[in-house]
Amino acid sequence: MAEPTIYEISSPGRTGFQFHQPDVPVAQLPAELKRNDLPFPEVSEVDVIRHFTRLSQLNYGIDLGFYPLGSCTMKYNPRINEEMARLSGFAMAHPLQPIETVQGNLALIYQLQEWLKEISGFSGITLQPAAGAQGEFVGGLIMRAYHLSRNDLKRTKILVPDSAHGTNPATSSMSGFEVVNIPSDSRGNIDLEKLKEICDDCVAGLMLTNPNTLGLFEEHLQEVIAIIHEKGGLVYGDGANFNALLGIIKPGEVGFDIMHFNLHKTFSTPHGGGGPGSGPVAVAAHLVDFLPAPVVGIVEEGDDETPPLYGFITPSKSIGRMKSFYGHFGVLVRAFTYIAMHGANGLRNISENAVLNANYLKKLLGNAYTVPYDRACMHEFVAEGFWDDAPGIHALDVAKRMMDYGIHPPTNYFPLIVKEALMIEPTETESKQEIEHFAEIMKTIAHEAHTEPELLHTAPHHTPIGRLDEVKAAKDLVLCCWIPPEE
Amino acid sequence: MFTPHTDAERKEMLTALGLKSIEELFSDVPGKFRFPALNLPAGMSEMFAQNYVEGFAGANASTKEFVCFLGAGVYDHYIPAAVDSILRRGEFFTAYTPYQPEISQGTLQSIFEFQSLICNLTSLEVSNASHYDGATAAAEACLMAYAHFREKRKRILLSHAIHPQYREVINTYLSGARDIEIITSGKNEESLSDPREINNLIDEDTALVMVQYPDFFGRVFDLSDLINEAHQKGALVCMIVNPIALGLLKTPGQMGADIAVGEGQPLGIPLSFGGPYLGFIAARKDLVRKLSGRLVGETVDGNGKRGYVLTLTAREQHIRREKATSNICSNQGLMALAATVYMSLLGKSGMQQVSNLCYQNAHYAAQKISELDGFKILTSEPFFHEIVVQCPISIDHLNHHLLEEGILGGYALEHEFPDLKDCMLLAFTEKTNKEIIDVLCEIMKESNHG
Amino acid sequence: MSTPKDLKFSETDEWIKVKGNTALIGITDFAQSQLSDIVYVEYELDVDDDFEKDETVATVESVKAAADIHAPVSGTILEINEALIDNPEHLNEDPYGSWLFKISIEDPSEVDALMDAETYDRFCEDRGD
Repeated sequence: MAEPTIYEISSPGRTGFQFHQPDVPVAQLPAELKRNDLPFPEVSEVDVIRHFTRLSQLNYGIDLGFYPLGSCTMKYNPRINEEMARLSGFAMAHPLQPIETVQGNLALIYQLQEWLKEISGFSGITLQPAAGAQGEFVGGLIMRAYHLSRNDLKRTKILVPDSAHGTNPATSSMSGFEVVNIPSDSRGNIDLEKLKEICDDCVAGLMLTNPNTLGLFEEHLQEVIAIIHEKGGLVYGDGANFNALLGIIKPGEVGFDIMHFNLHKTFSTPHGGGGPGSGPVAVAAHLVDFLPAPVVGIVEEGDDETPPLYGFITPSKSIGRMKSFYGHFGVLVRAFTYIAMHGANGLRNISENAVLNANYLKKLLGNAYTVPYDRACMHEFVAEGFWDDAPGIHALDVAKRMMDYGIHPPTNYFPLIVKEALMIEPTETESKQEIEHFAEIMKTIAHEAHTEPELLHTAPHHTPIGRLDEVKAAKDLVLCCWIPPEE
Repeated sequence: MFTPHTDAERKEMLTALGLKSIEELFSDVPGKFRFPALNLPAGMSEMFAQNYVEGFAGANASTKEFVCFLGAGVYDHYIPAAVDSILRRGEFFTAYTPYQPEISQGTLQSIFEFQSLICNLTSLEVSNASHYDGATAAAEACLMAYAHFREKRKRILLSHAIHPQYREVINTYLSGARDIEIITSGKNEESLSDPREINNLIDEDTALVMVQYPDFFGRVFDLSDLINEAHQKGALVCMIVNPIALGLLKTPGQMGADIAVGEGQPLGIPLSFGGPYLGFIAARKDLVRKLSGRLVGETVDGNGKRGYVLTLTAREQHIRREKATSNICSNQGLMALAATVYMSLLGKSGMQQVSNLCYQNAHYAAQKISELDGFKILTSEPFFHEIVVQCPISIDHLNHHLLEEGILGGYALEHEFPDLKDCMLLAFTEKTNKEIIDVLCEIMKESNHG
Repeated sequence: MSTPKDLKFSETDEWIKVKGNTALIGITDFAQSQLSDIVYVEYELDVDDDFEKDETVATVESVKAAADIHAPVSGTILEINEALIDNPEHLNEDPYGSWLFKISIEDPSEVDALMDAETYDRFCEDRGD
């Protein structure tokens, strides 16, 4: 039976939480400003705990098993991070406290800024963006502000490769640019000839994911960057796939002008069922003045006896504020703890193992699946979820069948340039045995696709619920479990 | 630690790949830049890392030891123990966005319940699955109104009594759309004028009128007439609301608002030095296609069993790409879960109680402070749980004094509202009481004389 | 489904049925099959609005995709098919019987430049799967 909604288990008059009575003289709220009724559930604490515990059991998380969701970097979330973020000095500090009372928080932000700059090879950084998409938006607005500050008003276009995440083009339009798609070549790189042809002095910049969404390192990276720079454009790095590059290459050193991080991917902070993320943006020296406000800096130098005083600084040509306060501080604490535990060697070890795992898995799959653009991959690769000799089987069927084996399916139908794509990212936290087990399941499913296709069409069979009617959901549009009757 | 391979296993894997060393996997990386040195401290064991990080936490004053009268959009409320106990379940916090509904019903149903609670709190018909925070939700509401009128109405009116950071974020968000005009009502020297006077600015080119409720200074105005006037000119109205205040106050839906947004932090989310928090956005049903971000809808599986899915995804960036209303992807899933557990646990009576405690404490404080020599309450009645206090001494000086007594004082207003010199915004939640407020008044009195 | 011979077609998969100075506009069978289950139609223009050839006049959403509908010719909106708002699935069930707009045509030569049924069929085949 389906878990009832919290409204369905409500019993009028029941209470889940009791506050104290006011101990001050009672003031009256004017009657004309009172709400009519508050249609909220009435349940006990045990009702609440059981309801949400049962709901949690309908979920699959990294804690339950392998989660090879391409481009999402579903690595293990260390428990120490959770404890650190909940320390009262962090979790119970108000963001508007006088800076003298939050020097620990500001020092941590400052230190994390320095570390991320070092890891990526950039000169400046903001930790404010709430997620990768907001980081991209910061990048788009910085590009815009940079060109305008130089009185260069003709730059209206942003180039986006056809393999890019949907956020790239969406961000470009939000930032006020027209999007121009760049095709990929037969090896999965940006098509250099096309790029040269399209790139002119109306281009504000290029948004480049490297490794790209095929999991491939751009083979002509320096040339691509040079083509854009030559025409006066800027190169934005989408850091969604940075888990492949820790201690491997510093994007700032190769010539990227801007890059965002996804702390919830690369730096092990939990995805939380869809957030909170954190998307810091690092920039090269010529863009430091455009960063969103505020950034944390040293406002009074210290000496041997006294530590420096940390405070807030507004960059001189700042694009403005992107969100309240200073970013997802609780997420920053987790990423900070993670970096502190790894150091330089530990970080490089992460990327090495992430890339090793992906290549090993690709090798184990052998010929069971077609991998277009078949060359050494980085932290992920994309296989095709269909076979010419298994008509009617789609990537979706493969993905759904995988759930029957207790595994979260890979990303499917992305990137758009691979037909029936299955995008597989094992991450470094999976063991050799886990990867071998997964490869066996993938092969079994490939076999089933040929011998018992019905098994795939009707999958999943062993999940709490079967395939859901998405057309009905979109047409009937029930978005709320209970609306009180009109008065 | 978190990478399980032994040296022997790594070697076996490399051998299977026909490689001698792991470096060979990185041959596509330009040699000149390959394997740079990272100047970072050596990695620490968990025990040392804990000590190290605790050192940073310990260098802060927090509301664990200090009494907090700071508010200004973020409030020090009590968080029931049940909330974090649910948040700590790995099935929730280690899951990704629920793209595979068959194994994500926990996340999907809790978002559906979140949407339901937000709808019922605001008396509006649809709510999304969350935004980054209150300020970005407000900015998204502006984009939504702009898209609703197919970019034909170009003017956004902001009340001057909106949180200053919200205004800043809206300005940044809309700076890419070059033909939107943002107008803020009021003049600098009249910060405490009636926000409803924004009605004079509404015209046929106005897409959206945005007003805060209670406003940034804590005041509560009935906005029904203003909303009516805006509708007569064809404009939409968005109210920025405090969710705790809606435990008692007349709702956006009751007043006829089209959109309500707000900061969900007061709903069981820790202060956490500014985030992660929770933006929420609710609207009339006919605006649903312009609502950015994820939406969860109810449906059935092949056996007719009820279940939930992400729906109307064709509006979103991964399908619409450059034509999407917003680029939002990750939202605040876990924070929305916190708010859902909080609102479920408190239920009807708890929400009313916490709202009432805030209201009562603030009114007692206003009364007591107004009796102090030299102090004046500038917030007019009715107000909810925040007040503007004009002080006879500088706010820095007063707050310094309060801090020595273990109190985090109010928010100094004059930086953003120059006419409110020596004024501060004090907030009162259920965590204060008569005794604490009396101590506050005593110290304020002493500061003035000392 | 056979492609009606009395219609003309655009490269962005709209059909137009001309009657004197006025015409009906819809989406082709190929377009509806690519989109699969259509769940929503949004009209970007109102009655009496003028539009240019290739301008986006409506958006059609399915569960997994969204498509802009472009005007095959320039003209003015005379009528909007309100029935599709409640029953967008008609576009799947009967693509050539479900029109989106009734329009008046500004320049008849723009119609002549569109594909006929045979050319359009070949155009669809050339796009493969």
